[in-house]
Amino acid sequence: MEIKGTIYRVAGPVVTVINVPTKMYDVVKIGNEGLMGEVIGIEGDKSTIQVYEDTSGIAPGEPVENTNMPLSVELGPGLLESIYDGIQRPLPVLMEMMKSDFIERGVTATGLKRDKKWEFVPTVTKGTSVAGGDIIGTVQETHNIEHRIMVPPNMSGVIDTIKKGSFTVAECVCRLTDGTELSLMQKWPVRAPRPVSKKLMPNVPLITGQRILDGLFPVAKGGTAAIPGPFGSGKTVTQQQLAKWSDTEIVVYIGCGERGNEMADVLNEFPELEDPKTGRPLMERTVLIANTSNMPVAAREASVYTGITIAEYYRDMGYDVSLMADSTSRWAEAMREISSRLEEMPGEEGYPAYLSARLSEFYERAGRVNTLSGHAGSVTVIGAVSPPGGDFSEPVTQNTLRIVKVFWALDAKLSQRRHFPSINWLESYSLYNNTLSDWYDEHVSPEWSEMRGDVMEILQKESELQEIVQLVGSDALPEDQQLTMEVARMIREYFLQQNAFHDVDTFCTMEKQYKLISAIMKYSDLAITALESGTPLENILAVKAKDTLAKVKFEEDFEPTLKTVLSAMDEEFEELRR
Amino acid sequence: MKEYKTITEVSGPLIFVEKTEPIGYNELVYIKLEDGTTKRGQVLDTSNDIVVVQIFEGTGGLNRECGVRFTGETIKLPVSIDLLGRILSGSGDPLDGGPNIVADDRLDINGAAMNPYARQPPADFIQTGISTIDGMNTLVRGQKLPIFSGSGLPHNEIALQIARQAKVPGSDEKFAVVFAGMGITNEEAQTFMHDFERTGALERAVIFLNLADDPAVERLITPRLALTAAEYLAYEHDMHVLVVLTDMTNYAEALRQMGAAREEVPGRRGYPGYMYTDLSMIYERAGVIKGRKGSVTQFPILSMPGDDITHPIPDLSGYITEGQIVISRDLHRKGIYPPINVLPSLSRLMNSGIGEEQTRDDHKAVSDQMYAGYAEGNDLRGLVAIVGKDALSERDRKFLEFADMFEDQFVRQGKDEDRDIEKTLEIGWNLLAELPEAQLTRIDNELIKKYHPAHRAK
Repeated sequence: MEIKGTIYRVAGPVVTVINVPTKMYDVVKIGNEGLMGEVIGIEGDKSTIQVYEDTSGIAPGEPVENTNMPLSVELGPGLLESIYDGIQRPLPVLMEMMKSDFIERGVTATGLKRDKKWEFVPTVTKGTSVAGGDIIGTVQETHNIEHRIMVPPNMSGVIDTIKKGSFTVAECVCRLTDGTELSLMQKWPVRAPRPVSKKLMPNVPLITGQRILDGLFPVAKGGTAAIPGPFGSGKTVTQQQLAKWSDTEIVVYIGCGERGNEMADVLNEFPELEDPKTGRPLMERTVLIANTSNMPVAAREASVYTGITIAEYYRDMGYDVSLMADSTSRWAEAMREISSRLEEMPGEEGYPAYLSARLSEFYERAGRVNTLSGHAGSVTVIGAVSPPGGDFSEPVTQNTLRIVKVFWALDAKLSQRRHFPSINWLESYSLYNNTLSDWYDEHVSPEWSEMRGDVMEILQKESELQEIVQLVGSDALPEDQQLTMEVARMIREYFLQQNAFHDVDTFCTMEKQYKLISAIMKYSDLAITALESGTPLENILAVKAKDTLAKVKFEEDFEPTLKTVLSAMDEEFEELRR
Repeated sequence: MKEYKTITEVSGPLIFVEKTEPIGYNELVYIKLEDGTTKRGQVLDTSNDIVVVQIFEGTGGLNRECGVRFTGETIKLPVSIDLLGRILSGSGDPLDGGPNIVADDRLDINGAAMNPYARQPPADFIQTGISTIDGMNTLVRGQKLPIFSGSGLPHNEIALQIARQAKVPGSDEKFAVVFAGMGITNEEAQTFMHDFERTGALERAVIFLNLADDPAVERLITPRLALTAAEYLAYEHDMHVLVVLTDMTNYAEALRQMGAAREEVPGRRGYPGYMYTDLSMIYERAGVIKGRKGSVTQFPILSMPGDDITHPIPDLSGYITEGQIVISRDLHRKGIYPPINVLPSLSRLMNSGIGEEQTRDDHKAVSDQMYAGYAEGNDLRGLVAIVGKDALSERDRKFLEFADMFEDQFVRQGKDEDRDIEKTLEIGWNLLAELPEAQLTRIDNELIKKYHPAHRAK
């Protein structure tokens, strides 16, 4: 049922309407062109609407329709490989419908294609009693991803009929005895988290293939991480690397208020990327949401919710999902902008007082869970924050840090030195190190946790020594400290530095990480022993094998080289001893 | 079209008008003064009762008797290929004494957001002839690369040199420059005009001038006019357009002024909370579209108040633009032109524009190595100030020398010196050859063998 009212006032993306009953967060259609908007305030018979499209030319007196539905996304087969804007309109379809390379307004497009047929295979039979979240059948969505069709969370009953065959997302495939019809698609309001049966402890790491992340600052599956970084510190590259290489089945990437050209890069690059595990296009397990900074601000505000709802939907099927939000600062700024248009009382730095609540609500939607149907699934949220002026004390960064467990501090100074990924090893932290140590002991090596501690200690020592070197020069240090400096340099250059654009170095397995760091630590041990037995430091530093170690990370089949390096190292030290 | 004589309030650049028919948001408004002159404005807020209009030419001379006409459409720029060679005011009227533009089309100056799916990732190398840019902060077509500068620094000369020299090596595609001056002094404008005329660049340029004594509100539309013209030339006439916007700081000041006049809740340092979105509507109009020949590349110039890169204007700009070229007062004081400090400078699209097919296979490695070397040498300067040169190791001394030579030979160049990329890389290699070869850790051995002067000589 649609009720018509009229526009009372237009001020940018905020429109006031009268004579139409609304509920909070109802989607309404504004003006003759039917622009999409959402109710964000009600006062008397006036409702305040944030409009997802440009409002130029819209005048008071134009009609308003209430759809009586909250902002929802369509969930079903066809999500993967899609490229959406912030309110789940597929961008390629928009381009076709608008016949333009620019985003015109007043065009609506459904999130899922209505004409595409999917091969549905039921997994339950007549008479089975099903509840919300139960899987009733499957659709092969892309080559490697099986889409599990679920009963919507708030529904239950006994299967009356269920059909195998070819269906569109809107067609009925299953009827319950009470007459309820189920299709391949369900709708879910974006602002409400999808229910789960139980939240689990995150004790499995998300393997990203990035040495500094897996090695020193791991994030757990179902965990939350923040990447803050002043501009120009390599944040976007790091996030794209994560999207490409993390060991999750599904990737949701939200470009929220980001640069158009960078988004274009993502949109172009993803379809060409190959999934290292299957050899298939990476896009087959990816959903992209692109809302560039010049697209309407209200849609930017909605985009993170759209993204996380889609992520939760795949989690409910029992998949591990990683969600990248780039950047949550842009999202917070969208909130601020709308809040100021609403003339709300501002909190810190003009951000609305509910900033902290909104951020924590969002990050709490991450987690490793038992789904309603009893499967294990996870959503890992990696949010980028872009603190103005690199000042971490600003509200968005501070409120984010209170919630997330992992902090990857990007450092512009490192990127100026072309140290990539420019993640500062002293300022970053991961609170998952303890929960994950069992996993590392079992799957990588029992020595791992200890070695990690040693590496951190050396790096920490280096930074202390650096201060002394700044004052008196490195020659003034005692020999053992000079050696520490050298080992720290090796850790930085041979292990921490990783070239995202190098074919081999872009991804590093846990095994290779472990062997690389072991080799560096082996040099350290040999060198310390040699130093103690009186070998001059000069000779120890001149060991050639350690310089060849620098090249190991660039080799696909690194084992033979590493072996040669290690035995050469042994020989050289043997030589020194004589 | 009805004319209202119902102005109820005039406040700063804003007027409040009562009306009877519905008025659209962002509509263009004409105000007729008692002396017969006309001013233009734009609707900021419209409701059943009252309309708020901002006046571009300022509200001087306005009173409650003035006639207000609402045009029912948003502001449009008449465009045609004849725009080339013209000098227009900050609101689009001819300043050069020429005739009005005979319009092929009239385009909405706000533009629409490019569908991200329609964008072509920029990848065509533009050679500016300036080593610090080409070699280490490479510009590509469709990029927006601002110059962060300060008062008293030669950013305008650099912008002009780039406008003069920019080309894609080995291509003879159509090229145009759109220049928008916002709040620049008459003297600066003269310098620009003189240079455009001197080099004959005017005939392939469109110039929009809002001078320092023109109304501040007009500054809000000047860059939009310029970009509308640029998009028209790029997408309708297949031209590669370089847009120079100077000075974006003046634009942001005007934005703040308007925000204050509208009694908005101010954000950081009094700038409006929507400044990020507003700036992005300007900067994001750079780009390349799949299947179209033309492109829009932006060179915004902004002077950082107090040389503070964390000031909201450079800060928010940096989040939208794809990198920045930072002008350094220290280098300028040393008498080095162009005083570009490569350390905080960055071109985010550099990697897609360089390499074997675009420039040369060693480009990235050379650039990385020079960055690392210069950064290290630069850090050592601090140390030398404390302990003196003699306390440095041999290796450190080499790096210190490298930093000095880098500034003197690589950064420094003539105002009309147009170095091609080969020349830039050659200078780079000659400098790197001064460092011990073992220290060149960022460069593959193969490349060292291929390009290092010591190996090439053999």
